[in-house]
Amino acid sequence: MMKTAIYSRLQKKIISVTLLVSLAPLLLLGVTIYYQFARMYRTKVQEQLQYRAWAQAEAMDLFLKERTAILAAMADTHTFNEMTEEGILSSIFAVMNVRAGAFVDLGVINNAGQQLAYVGPYELRGLNYYQQEWFGEVMSKGIYISDVYLGYRQLPHFIIAVRRQEGQNPWILRATIDPAVFGALVRSAQVGKTGDAFIVNEAGVYQTRPRFGGQILTESGLDTRLFGGSTSLMELNTQDGVAMLYAGSWLKKHNWLLLIRQEAAEEMGGLFTTRNVEIAIILSGILAIVLATVFTTQLMVNQLRESDRRMNGLNAQLVQSDKLAAIGKMAAGVAHEINNPLAVILQKTGWMEDLLQTEDLKSSENLDEFKTSIRKIEEHVERARKVVHGMLGYARKMEPRLEDVDINDTLKQTTSLLNNFARINNIVIRTDLAPDLPILASDQAQLQQVFLNLISNAIDAIGKDGVVQISSIRSENEVHVSISDNGKGIPEEAHKKVFDPFYTTKQSGKGTGLGLWISYNIIEKMGGTITLTSKEGEGTTFTVQLPIIVPEKK
Amino acid sequence: MELFRVLVVDDETDFMETLVNRLQKRNVDAAGVPSGEAALELMKKKLFDVVILDIRMPGGMDGLAALREMKHIQPLAEVILLTGHATVESSIEGMKLGAFDFLIKPVQMEDLITKMAQAFEKKGSHEQKIRAARIRELMRFPGRVFDQEKDERK
Repeated sequence: MMKTAIYSRLQKKIISVTLLVSLAPLLLLGVTIYYQFARMYRTKVQEQLQYRAWAQAEAMDLFLKERTAILAAMADTHTFNEMTEEGILSSIFAVMNVRAGAFVDLGVINNAGQQLAYVGPYELRGLNYYQQEWFGEVMSKGIYISDVYLGYRQLPHFIIAVRRQEGQNPWILRATIDPAVFGALVRSAQVGKTGDAFIVNEAGVYQTRPRFGGQILTESGLDTRLFGGSTSLMELNTQDGVAMLYAGSWLKKHNWLLLIRQEAAEEMGGLFTTRNVEIAIILSGILAIVLATVFTTQLMVNQLRESDRRMNGLNAQLVQSDKLAAIGKMAAGVAHEINNPLAVILQKTGWMEDLLQTEDLKSSENLDEFKTSIRKIEEHVERARKVVHGMLGYARKMEPRLEDVDINDTLKQTTSLLNNFARINNIVIRTDLAPDLPILASDQAQLQQVFLNLISNAIDAIGKDGVVQISSIRSENEVHVSISDNGKGIPEEAHKKVFDPFYTTKQSGKGTGLGLWISYNIIEKMGGTITLTSKEGEGTTFTVQLPIIVPEKK
Repeated sequence: MELFRVLVVDDETDFMETLVNRLQKRNVDAAGVPSGEAALELMKKKLFDVVILDIRMPGGMDGLAALREMKHIQPLAEVILLTGHATVESSIEGMKLGAFDFLIKPVQMEDLITKMAQAFEKKGSHEQKIRAARIRELMRFPGRVFDQEKDERK
């Protein structure tokens, strides 16, 4: 069926346009919002990381500043001679640890580099530090904080040293900072499962022990030149290809860089969850849209198909009406033209009859033959006349009279007319008439003509042994009369033709083929319609539908 | 003897001529013309009892117009209209104009005879009623000669 292809093409077109129009903005929105959100999230995360690095660097700076301050204060308030007394040095050391804390040892060194006094766990008294780099630094700069180194004790540590200028004799007060405490303080900045915090010097050597991947004094492998300015953020990949975020903040001790490190994925974890949720929502949205679109277009196309079908039905009816109207008009003209020759023929045969009665012709041998032939001619003229009469009976514009008609009564009367004929052929006529049918304003005689035509057609279709079912029912504002038979049925191809004039399946002479045509037109003039359903071999049902026109109250 | 005078007016000449012949066979003083104008001309010269007039005669004067004129020329002549189906309305119009009745073609001879007798009867006088009865008798047997004197003596 060609029509199906058209409908499915239409459906596909509608579906694709609708989906495009609804999905494109949805996806665009989803993608845009996600990227905006991701950008903002990333920025926030980075800012946070940087802030933490900066804050921690500040804290470490403060730590160092406090200890430097108290060391300097001790040096400033005591003389060299006082300091080199063990007892005093010990109590100063104790005070320093109480007030500031994290001091491992304390020593006094003269300007020759000799450590003359020492308090602490190591045997360092008497050692000379003149060669040590830090000695030169503190002598010239006055305050010095070293990088982490092993030194005499062969353990990683760093020192804070201050120089006190007593007249001509400068001396140095030196303290070692507990790397564990220092390191723990640094590490307290780390967050999360992959978070880490440590300090490296300019060369990238760990000054505190990181949580992962290194020890104090080992190389971190980081290029500190990447971290410019004060606080900056980098994303670098490890050797295994894992993306790491580094926030670095230089301490005021200028060659130390505090780094906070975290796996990029962990920080962004929240973002990825959001992304997945958004994807899920969009997918379900897409699914819903697709389903809804397909469903509604299916509905729409079905509606279209239905109304197309109905329109085709109406069109077919219209075409039939037009056809019949045209035939009717033509019939009038043709009929009149036929009547004249018929009249002439009849006169001539009459004339022949007259002549046959005269004496001279009476003795003719073929007299009987002449008479018979003349009679036959007249018979067929009469037959032709009836046909024309039947056709013109419709063509003449007779408006149906309006009287009070009881459909059921009319049906019963018509049935009784045909009952005998039916019984002879062993055909049962069953009636199922709705008792609540209203009285219609119509033409009883014409209606009876129609019913008579349909019922006798039903009887003829059966032939012998069968059932004709007549039913009447009210359907909204119409009356439906159905006449069914279980006769031979009407083949599909003939369904449209049965209402054409001169269509008959009977032998020539047995029917004019005008009955259904006339019936159709009578009913159509009344504002109704006749429809048929039939299957070859199974039977036929004709249904007359009449609009309910209530008679005016007299 | 006075014969029944009939004028047949029809443009279908085969029809008209045969009808005239058949009427003459039946002892009718029948004449035929093929047009309304010819009918009027003839009626100015000769009296008729009945005129059989075809209503639809295309080309020239049509039946109803001729009818109107006829009623002026010979008001006592009864007119029987012959009509086809499509012109029944015209026939009714013709009745209003004074036609006696109408028949629908093709028409049987018996019906025509009956109508003609009725038309003639309408003319009303006793004498004509008798004449009508006699004429009916006559027309049943074409070829038989009417003996007027024999009958009048009865």
